[in-house]
Amino acid sequence: MLTATDLAVEFASRGRRARAVDGVNLSVGAGEIVALVGESGCGKTTLARTLLGLERPTSGTVSYDGSPLSYRGKALQAYRRQVQLVLQDPMGSLNPRQTVYEAVAEGPRIHGLPDEEKVVAEALSRAGLRPPERFFLRYPHELSGGQRQRVVIAGALALDPKVLIADEPVASLDASVRGEILALLLRLRDDLGLSALVVTHDLGLAWNIADRVAVMYLGRIVESGPTEEILKNPQHPYTQALLSVLPESEERIVLTGEPPDPTRIPTGCRFHPRCQIVAAGNPIADKCRTDLLPVLPTTEGSQAACHLVTQRQTR
Amino acid sequence: MSLLELDDLSVTYRIASGEVPAVRGVSLSLEAGEALGVVGESGSGKSTLAMALLRLLPKDARTSGRIMLGGEDILQMKWGRLRAVRWAEASIVFQGAQHGLNPVQRIGDQVAEPLLVHKIATPEKARSRVASLLAQVGLPAWRARSYPHELSGGQRQRVMIAMALACEPQLIIADEPTTALDLMVQAQVLTLIKELIASHGISLLMISHDLSVLADTCDRLAVMYAGRVVETGPAGGSFQHPYSQALAAAFPTVGDPASRLAPRGLGGDPPDPQRLPSGCVFHPRCPVALDTCSTVDVELRPAGDRRTAACVLVLEESC
Repeated sequence: MLTATDLAVEFASRGRRARAVDGVNLSVGAGEIVALVGESGCGKTTLARTLLGLERPTSGTVSYDGSPLSYRGKALQAYRRQVQLVLQDPMGSLNPRQTVYEAVAEGPRIHGLPDEEKVVAEALSRAGLRPPERFFLRYPHELSGGQRQRVVIAGALALDPKVLIADEPVASLDASVRGEILALLLRLRDDLGLSALVVTHDLGLAWNIADRVAVMYLGRIVESGPTEEILKNPQHPYTQALLSVLPESEERIVLTGEPPDPTRIPTGCRFHPRCQIVAAGNPIADKCRTDLLPVLPTTEGSQAACHLVTQRQTR
Repeated sequence: MSLLELDDLSVTYRIASGEVPAVRGVSLSLEAGEALGVVGESGSGKSTLAMALLRLLPKDARTSGRIMLGGEDILQMKWGRLRAVRWAEASIVFQGAQHGLNPVQRIGDQVAEPLLVHKIATPEKARSRVASLLAQVGLPAWRARSYPHELSGGQRQRVMIAMALACEPQLIIADEPTTALDLMVQAQVLTLIKELIASHGISLLMISHDLSVLADTCDRLAVMYAGRVVETGPAGGSFQHPYSQALAAAFPTVGDPASRLAPRGLGGDPPDPQRLPSGCVFHPRCPVALDTCSTVDVELRPAGDRRTAACVLVLEESC
């Protein structure tokens, strides 16, 4: 339904080119929830913004329902009705001087939808704020964190979209409230057939709600596939390390260093300077240092961009 | 004797619209060399508790009860004695390393400051001490000349830990030391904290909203809700209080079929401290509340293996 093909996004950064997204193939099917997992700086937010048409790709295309995204005013506006953004930190994304009604009605007004009050009431009750009329005249500071996030979701739902792109939708919420918001996303998928791309650093969240997982490292997807396969039997060393630092895991692999800078992407496999298998002196480590890996294609099954995995499969 | 003993500690903020009870009668103890984790959601009073320990709260907060550190009551200390205790006997690692460091002062000068203020080292000795402190937290000595903005979030948090270690305190209070850090960097910082407290024999009081962080680092856990401790027990065991159970269920275990496509949370919101519910404060959100819970409040009771819980159901089972 929503597809990115060979997508690359570059920014100028102090005279150098930062390749924030550096060759990504990703698709979100109808009624599917995909989790895009990665550390800060890996390009996951840039990828989400590009999918929304907020950022223009340097190369590659974003297509929706089979046709490439047009960046002309009218077409882009129509696209944005279909694909809506849910931001993290509802305190920052809601205007503190706007009532809940005004915040949710903004989208329908821009798009000139009829029956504004009915649309707003329906969106609020779908987001779990019932009865909606009770919330119309409230201001964000009068709501709890969970309620504010529901208002942000209602704002997205008011336009009756087909796809939600949620950037860390529960990162700023308390643990007990987090579960309720995630349950809401699942319910929206079941009731309205909504698709969702959830951008997160939280693997537990992916396990909770996602059908598929894509793990991103330094601008590229390094492993993707069905949630159960990826999270229970990860192939890529980076995914293995991420999972190993969760409390339930027995043996932890704590990677040294921090994600490198997208203006200086390492040669060969981009993960090799931090890779625990290369560090342990694997015989094919030379290949990891010099040979580039192909960009992973869009497939339903699980796949990993790693020389070791390729070698294991061909053997 | 415990290193730190809190006895019926209460903190009330006075604001224009009345009094806000943030911490309500907390009693906890921490042995030398032990790591205690305090978990709670926003508004549970956990950060107020941390700040109260070294009397760092603003003037509009009224503190009562006793905070015994090494046999001395912090609340009764004279100003001069309190200044000597801060950093030298107990230090704090604050949350948000972004704001904890002075942006226009070099790292080395900031780490050296407690050493110079407490006259532990001369300026020359302080320099070599700073280098060894930075080495202990895994930073190269030349980083002493850097400014905070030149460091990543994880590195800044390491600097905060180096500062806390500077005067070799017996107790470190860490308030959300890994919040806002990436998963992998968080794991690095937690491993560092664990190694340091083990090698120096320091006691740790760690405060977090993230149960998984605490379960990993601490020996014992205390769960706070609406200003009270509702459960204490060993970190490995299973929770007895329904709130603790709900909190634990909200952190899914990857690979556990029960939580797959089934996120769990708690309905409702934490109570407004100015309008606390009657009886057990948790009863409006409690999935297993009895009729009596709206009128009867329960103190912490023994609930199995070195565990206490403040719940009527636990009381009935143990009788």
